[in-house]
This record gives sequence, C-alpha cells and structure tokens, in this order.
Amino acid sequence: MGVIKKIQYNCREATYLIEKRQHVRLSIKERIHLLIHLSGCSVCRLFQQQSRMINRAMKALFKESAGEERRLDEDVKREMQDKINERLR
Amino acid sequence: MAKIAVLDPRQWVSLYADYLYSYAVARLDDEEQARDLVQETFLAALERTEQFRGDSSERTWLTAILKHKVIDVYRRRHSGLRTMGGADGAPGDPEPEREFFEADNGHWKEEYSPKALGVEDADPLGNKELSSVLQRCLKKLPALWFSVFTMKHMEEAATEMICNELKLTPGNFWVIIHRAKLNLRACIQKAWM
Repeated sequence: MGVIKKIQYNCREATYLIEKRQHVRLSIKERIHLLIHLSGCSVCRLFQQQSRMINRAMKALFKESAGEERRLDEDVKREMQDKINERLR
Repeated sequence: MAKIAVLDPRQWVSLYADYLYSYAVARLDDEEQARDLVQETFLAALERTEQFRGDSSERTWLTAILKHKVIDVYRRRHSGLRTMGGADGAPGDPEPEREFFEADNGHWKEEYSPKALGVEDADPLGNKELSSVLQRCLKKLPALWFSVFTMKHMEEAATEMICNELKLTPGNFWVIIHRAKLNLRACIQKAWM
C-alpha cells in the first residue's frame, strides 16, 4: 500500500489526531495526514463533528452542575462545624 | 495576624459547605466520598490558616484545597482499568478495550462506524437528554480514563499537570483521551439510536 493510501485508510490515526487537535497544535506532518484523511473520509468527518459536540456537552454538564447547588444535610453540617469548633478551642 | 482576621472558620460550614459539596459531587460522582472530602478540606484548612494569603477569597482558597483532594482520589482510583460502576456497584462497560478499528489498516470496523445522530450541531446547554446520556456513559469509563477526561474537560487543566498528578507520559495521556472519546461516542450512539 502506498503512503497516501495508508493515510486514507487509517481512521485510527485520524481520530487520534482529531482528539489531539482539540487540545494542542499538531505538527506539520500530523496536520497533513489529517487533511488528506478527512478530505476523503466522511465517517471521520462525522466523528469529528460528534467529538466536538461531546466536548461542548462536557462543558455544559459542568456549568449545569455548578449552577445547580446541591445541599448537604443539616445534621452533617452541624457535625462538620462541631469538628471545626473542637479544633479551634 | 491581620491575615487571620480574614478567615472565619466558624462561618465556613454555613457559607461554603454546600458549594464545596456540589463541586466535589460533580467531579467524583460519589456523594459519600464528596461529603468526606468537604470535611477533610475544612480540617486541612484549619491546619494551614497561616498559609492563607489575602489575595484570594476564602472560598477560592478552600476550593483549591478541595481540588487537590479530588485529584488524590483520582490517583487512588486509577488502579488498572477498573470501571467506575454505578452507585449500586453495577459493572460498567464490560469491554472498554474493545477494538474499534481493523488491526491491519486502521479502518473503522463496520459495526463501530459512526452514524449520524442528528444532534451534532445541537446546543448541549439545556439538552437534558444529551446530558443524562453523557453522564451515564461517563460512568462506564474505566476509572483512570474518567479521571483524565474529567480533569481535562471540567477543569480545563493543563495536560502537563494531569500527567504529573496521575503519573502519565504525554503519549499515554493522548491515548487515554482518544480511547475515552471513542468509548463515550460509541456509548452515546448506542443509547441514542
């Protein structure tokens, strides 16, 4: 198999680079590989879209959980404060 | 002694306990453990009140202490590829190491090939169904992957910091990010279709 063919088939490498690219700058070689692969592979283009969607959803998840405050049981809180007060004496 | 005046431990629980608890539950998905960490955070903070510099708020300072405790839990959890399991101890994905690609050429295996879900361009904020599927799928990840993935996405922590804290090489790190995403995506697709 020629080099180009290998890159075109290699969805494992392409998806790895798709992940990496969302966090760091790829090397020139990596960028060329990904460009060649994505230009011919609609499945990996779809993967890329879904991968970004998941990353946005992760952010949203965090925002929601930060917005929605959970409450500790009052008894538990009293116990916590007691332990703190003990050490303050 | 002026610094101490800024810290008021007698108010900590009423002012910050719920906030810290929410912070820990979001990252650990374990209420009991979260509660323990909040208590430990207060006690650890008491021991080092002299380290408090007035340049951050009391809450920020306490959160930083809690954050280190959460990372400690991640580190302890990462024994092999044990899955998180549910609250009831149900086993997670039985085969997190499954192979999505053909061994010889790296092409997608037909059965794992991504299919359009129709939510690719959705705004995930407010998409409750997507959030709950994502949460369920996160729990099926092996503990170490969950830790790495959560730290990277929730904390936007630097790769270097995660690698140091969890004793990973950068190569390992990217492999985990990649495998975690492949598994998450497959799990979401399965739940969605």
